[in-house]
Amino acid sequence: MKVQLPTPLVDYTGGNRHVTANGATLDAVLRDLERQYTGIRFRMVDEQDNIRPHIRIFVNAELESSLQAALNPADDILIVAALSGG
Amino acid sequence: MAGKVSKSGSTIVLVGTRKGLFVLRADGERGNWRVDGKAPHFLGQVVNHAVMNPRSGTMLAAARAGHLGPTVFRSVDSGKTWKEAATPPAFSKHEEGGYGWSVNHVFWLTQGHLSEPKTWYAGISPHGLFRSEDDGVTWQSVDGFNLHPDRMKWLGNANEAVPDGALLHSINVDPHDVNHLMIGMSSGGVFESYDRGATWAPLNRGCVADFLPDPDAEWGHDPHCVQMHPTAKDVVYQQNHCGIYKLDRAANRWNRIGENMPKEIGDIGFPVVLHPYDPKTLWVFPMDGTSVWPRVSVAGKPAVYRSRDAGATWQRQAKGMPAAQAWFTVKRQAMSADQQKKVGLYFGTTSGEVWSSFDEGAQWHCLMLHLPHIYSVEAYSL
Repeated sequence: MKVQLPTPLVDYTGGNRHVTANGATLDAVLRDLERQYTGIRFRMVDEQDNIRPHIRIFVNAELESSLQAALNPADDILIVAALSGG
Repeated sequence: MAGKVSKSGSTIVLVGTRKGLFVLRADGERGNWRVDGKAPHFLGQVVNHAVMNPRSGTMLAAARAGHLGPTVFRSVDSGKTWKEAATPPAFSKHEEGGYGWSVNHVFWLTQGHLSEPKTWYAGISPHGLFRSEDDGVTWQSVDGFNLHPDRMKWLGNANEAVPDGALLHSINVDPHDVNHLMIGMSSGGVFESYDRGATWAPLNRGCVADFLPDPDAEWGHDPHCVQMHPTAKDVVYQQNHCGIYKLDRAANRWNRIGENMPKEIGDIGFPVVLHPYDPKTLWVFPMDGTSVWPRVSVAGKPAVYRSRDAGATWQRQAKGMPAAQAWFTVKRQAMSADQQKKVGLYFGTTSGEVWSSFDEGAQWHCLMLHLPHIYSVEAYSL
């Protein structure tokens, strides 16, 4: 499925904001991204499997907060890194 | 004098800031300095600490990429190229229904013992200790500390953490005993291990903790910076929230050498820097620790204070610094000494200035202006 990444993560993908990944759940998709782009998952999910506070993941434009959410191959995933502070 | 003076080549100063890492280099007499590149390494990322193994050229930088969490970057070509650690410091995943810790940021990095050139230690926030045995590529939890049954007692109330978060810092590896580690925790106190981190004991007797009800508390203190001498045996100094101390190793007790500082200056500060060859010489950067703790240079008149007799007497060293209206704050790992024959000193301020002295503090020069908020300054002679 298609995954759109925020600019702070494109260092891991050779500059590509648009990548593809496979998986039946959001967790599986993020692990597939990690398989392809080492280190990228830990930037979005901490060691306790919590999505980091300023990361938002949208599935077909709907906010998804559970890594166990089921996905379909046709789903579009948008990952946003909210920026704040100075 | 202890140690061997053998340095005459170039000097590298690693400056970690709130917006990236600056690498400053000088040759020979340290008269001409240059900065790597046209922009800092890791522009936009917080670099809490950057360190180097001067023998191998490996550099490590503890970074936090905005809201994207903590990591460690490493360079094996003296800062030309950098790569993220394959496995940055991270706690173990909690068991189902349990509570698990997450690394907020890597705060402190320390090179391992001379006999273990690929070993490094990392102190993190919240309090945690990690070790790498492959030159910073992968990091493992030091479970003897991170899973210690009394760890939560040592840390105290997490809601009362210091402003930058609960910190494990000041990781010292005894140059005479690879298995002897000493750490500082803010707050929590000084602890040491004689079995490479498997078991730990507090080392806070004699240290004041005026914010605790028990004046003889075993732990809960607030060491700001603990430094073990790199060559002399059993020489340890501490800049604490409540004064400057020297360890009496035979008695396992800290003596407050800051009592000998001028009363109008006091003995509160963040960093303490040891002379690399003379175990009786040290420097501190006092700050205003009165009333609401402004944490700036006392009366707006910045000065380093030096002792050449292990804290019995202190001398003010401010020549070249602003005489007034300079409200510096120098954080705990933002002051360092190089290893040249005539030792160079360096400190960085939260207002982005790097100051240097090439005659052991007699004369100071502003090396750089207009950097971001400086978190760390580490100097190495090659």
